[in-house]
Amino acid sequence: MAETNGSTSTELLDIATRVAGWADSGEQVEVFVAEELETEVRAYQGAVESFTSARSQGIGVRVVANGRQGYAYAGTLDSSALSETLQEARDNAAFAEPDEFNGVAQPDGVDPVAFDLFDPSLDDFSTDEKVALAVELERCTLGADQRIAGIETAEYADTRCESAIATSTGIAGASRETGCYLATYAMAEADGETQTGFGYSIGRGPGALDVELAATEAAERATRLLGATKPQTSKLTVVLDPWVTAQLLGIIGGTLSGDAVQRGRSFFADRVGEQVAVADLCLLDDATNVDAFTASAVDGEGLATRPNSLIDSGVLQGFLHNSYTARRGATSSTGSAVRAGFKGAPGVGSQALALRPGTRSRQELIAGIDDGLLVQGVTGLHSGVNPVSGDFSTGAEGLRIRRGALAEPVREVTIASTLQRILLDITEIGDDLQWLPMSAAGVSLVVADVMMSGA
Amino acid sequence: MLDHQLINRTLSAALSTGAEFAEVFVEDKKSSSAMLDDGKVEELTSGRDRGAGIRVVVGDTTGFAHTADLSEAGLAGAAEVAAAAARGGGGGTRTVSVGSSGVSAGATAQVPPEDVAKTAKVELLVRADAEARAVGPQVSQVAARYGDSRRRILVANSDGLLAEDDQIRTLFSVSCVATGDTGLQTGRESVGRTIGFELFEETDVAELARRAADRATTKLSARPAPSGTMPVVVGPGGGGVLFHEACGHGLEADLVAKSASVFAGRVGEQVATPLVTLIDDGTMAGEWGHFAIDDEGREAAHNVLIDRGVLTDYMWDHLRARKQGRPSSGNGRRQSYQHLPMVRMTNTYISNGEDDPDDIISGTGSGVYVAQLGGGQVNTATGDFVFGMTEAYLIENGEIGDPIRQGNLIGNGPETLKLIEAVGNDFAMGSPGTCGKDGQGVPVGDGTPTLRVKALTIGGTAA
Repeated sequence: MAETNGSTSTELLDIATRVAGWADSGEQVEVFVAEELETEVRAYQGAVESFTSARSQGIGVRVVANGRQGYAYAGTLDSSALSETLQEARDNAAFAEPDEFNGVAQPDGVDPVAFDLFDPSLDDFSTDEKVALAVELERCTLGADQRIAGIETAEYADTRCESAIATSTGIAGASRETGCYLATYAMAEADGETQTGFGYSIGRGPGALDVELAATEAAERATRLLGATKPQTSKLTVVLDPWVTAQLLGIIGGTLSGDAVQRGRSFFADRVGEQVAVADLCLLDDATNVDAFTASAVDGEGLATRPNSLIDSGVLQGFLHNSYTARRGATSSTGSAVRAGFKGAPGVGSQALALRPGTRSRQELIAGIDDGLLVQGVTGLHSGVNPVSGDFSTGAEGLRIRRGALAEPVREVTIASTLQRILLDITEIGDDLQWLPMSAAGVSLVVADVMMSGA
Repeated sequence: MLDHQLINRTLSAALSTGAEFAEVFVEDKKSSSAMLDDGKVEELTSGRDRGAGIRVVVGDTTGFAHTADLSEAGLAGAAEVAAAAARGGGGGTRTVSVGSSGVSAGATAQVPPEDVAKTAKVELLVRADAEARAVGPQVSQVAARYGDSRRRILVANSDGLLAEDDQIRTLFSVSCVATGDTGLQTGRESVGRTIGFELFEETDVAELARRAADRATTKLSARPAPSGTMPVVVGPGGGGVLFHEACGHGLEADLVAKSASVFAGRVGEQVATPLVTLIDDGTMAGEWGHFAIDDEGREAAHNVLIDRGVLTDYMWDHLRARKQGRPSSGNGRRQSYQHLPMVRMTNTYISNGEDDPDDIISGTGSGVYVAQLGGGQVNTATGDFVFGMTEAYLIENGEIGDPIRQGNLIGNGPETLKLIEAVGNDFAMGSPGTCGKDGQGVPVGDGTPTLRVKALTIGGTAA
C-alpha cells in the first residue's frame, strides 16, 4: 500500500500483522497500532511558558466471532500487552449480541492513492528552532496592532504519526504523516473593552509555516470587534466566514453517515434523489485530496479512501459507509470508516468535505447585500445544534453589512435556523475555498432569512 | 504504585539541570464500557492506560515529558527530556526524599465495577432499552451506554510530597429519538457518580430511560423557540452549567493571571446580586467532580468563590499559587498522565436561596423555563457565554406552557450575575459533565436551586 517507506511504519505493520495472525478459526480480528511523537511549545512574555515532548503508542483490537463484536485497547506496545488485549477483546465479544452485519473489512480491490503526507524536514527541525518560532509568533502578534494588549496563547506544535492496520481477512497497510502548526490567540483592548481573535498557520512541515500570517489574522479578528454592541433582533442575510462554513459542513457530514441514516437519526433518510439544497450546491467528501489536512490514503478499516459525491446540484446522492453500514445497507463501503485513535472501534463519517466554490470573492458577495451580518465566529455548536432534529442555534460575533459594505461590529447575539432550511436558503457560495485544520474546507457562504437574536 | 527510591532517583534526574521544582505523576487507568443501540448490545470495550508524566519547572518555564514505560530507564529518559526543556542556571545534584507530606487515599467504592460480571452491566442496558421503548410508539430509537473507570494515581514532587488516590467512577446514559409529523426529536438523561456499581442501587435505570423517552416525545410538539431578550427561569440542578460558563471559567487563576478574564483584579468587589453564593467543592463525596487529591497531590477543598455576591477568591493550581506565595486550592487537574495540569473546576454550585420555586415561576410574567441544559461555552476575556437548552418551555402569565425547540441562550457573565433576581430553596446537583479546556476533558459536577435571570437572549427562530 502507499506510504510504507518508514522503518517504524514497517515495525508497526509487523506487530499488527502478527496479532491479526493469532485469530482463531471462525473469528475475525482487526488490529490497529499507532505511534505518535508530539512537540508543543508555548511562549509567553518572550520566554518559553511550557515545552511538552510526548511519545505515545497503543494498540486497539476488534474481534468478531459468531456475529458478536468486542473491542479492547492498551496504551502500550509491550509484547505482553498484545496478547492480553486480543484476549480481552475476545472476552468482550462474548457479551455482545449477534448482528449478522458485524465483521471487519474485506479487501475490495480498490488501490489507495499514492501520496506523501510525510515531510522529513520535521525530523531535522531543532528544538531551538521550534522555541524561536513560538517566541516570534508571540512577538509578532503583540506587534501587529497597537491595540493588542496581550495574548492568551502563542504556540508551535508538531506531530509525527505512524500507524498500521491489519486484519485476518487480508488487509495490511501502514501509513505515516507529519503536521505542524502555529496558533495564536490575541486580546485587543480599547476603552476598557476586550475582544479576542485567533490566527493560525498549518502545514506538513515547518517550511510551510507563516508567522506573519497567523499574527496578522489574530490581530485583525480581535481588533475589528472592538466597540461591538448588541443589536436589535431581526431576520437578515448572513455571510458565514470560511471557518464557520467548515464547522457547519462537519455537522451536515454527520447527518450523511450511513450509520445515522440506518438508525433513524438523520433527517436525510429516504431522501436520496431529492432536491435537499439549492441547485448550485455540490458537496464532496474526498480524503484523497492531498490539500486536505485530514487527507488519508486508507480509511479506519484499511480500505482505500475515494471521492464521494454527497450532494450534486442540490440533489442528495447517497450516504457514507464503512463495511458494517455497507453490508447492512446492501451496498459497498465508501471507504469512510473513521476512528479516533486506538481507543475505539471505527465508526463511519466524513473525512474531507468541501463545497464546490463559486466565482465571486467575499468582497463581491458583501457588495450585493443591503442589510446583513458577516459571521466571523460561532460558539456553542455542541449545545445549540441538534443534528437529529436539525435545529440550529449558535452564539455569533461579527460585523454588520449595510448597503453593500462592512459596518459596525456586533456581539452577544445568536443566529438560528434549521440545517434543512440553511441548505435551501443558501444564495451564493464564494470563490475563497481554503482547507482548514479540521475535516472540512471553508468557503464564504451567503444564507438568507436567518434569525439574528439580540436585544 | 512505584518504588519510593525509584521516584527519588527520577526526581533527582529531573532536577539535574538546575530546576526549582520537579514532579512525577503516575497513572494506571482501567476503563470499560458497554453500548446498546438499535435494540442490540453492540459492543463492549475495555482498555488500560498506564504511564507517567514528568514536570520540571524553572522560573516561568515548564518542561514536560511523558512515558508509558515505567521502568527505571523509561522514567530517566522522560526526566531527561523534561529537564532539558526547562534548564536552570545552576545544575548539579539535588537529593530528593519523598514521603514527608501528602495523603494516601484508598478507593471509596463499595462495589468495584471490575468485580461485577459483564452480564450485569449488559442487563442494565437491555432494561433501559425496553423501558424507553415502552413509553410509546413514537420512541423510534434508543441508545444506552454504561461506563466505568478506575484511575489510580500517585503524585510525588521535589518538595517531598507523596500522595496517592484511587478514583472509581461509574456512568450510565440513555439517548432516545422520537419520530412524529414534525420530524425527529431527541431526549437524553445521564447519571454519573464517583462511586462503584452501587450506583445502581440508588439509581433506577428504568426511571432514567423513561425520562429520556418522555423528553424526546414531549419535544415532538415543541414550538420554535422565541428570539430576543426575556426573563429565564432555570430549573433545579440544570443551572449549574450557566454558572460554570458565566463565571466559573473566569475565576480560574491561570486565565486571570494573563488578564484573559473579565474577573481579573476584582476580588472583594460585589460582582453578583447578594442572592449568589458560588462554591467549588472537590470534597463532595460521590459527586462526579470529586476526588481525594487533585492531580498535583493537593487535597480536595471546599472553596467559596462568591459569597453573597462578593468575589472572594479564584481557583488555583500549584504553579499559579506558588507564584503568588499562597497555597493551591486543590484545583490542579489533568486529563491523563499525558497532559500538563492546569486550573480546573470540580463540583461547582450555587447554594440554596430562600424563594419557593413555584413563586419564582408564577412571578415571571412571560419568559422561558429551562428544565435541562445541554452544555455551554464561554469566552473568558469578553465574558460572553452560551449554553444550550435541551428541554425548555414558554412561561405565559406565570405558568409553564408549551415546549420549545432546542437552541442556545447567550449572555455576558458579569452582566448576568447582576441579573440573578430569585434563587430557590430546592437545590439539586445536575447531570455529570465533561469540562473541556485547552483540549483536555475532566469530569465535573454542578448544581443549583431553581433561579431566575431577569434577562437573557434566547437564540430561537420565532419573532
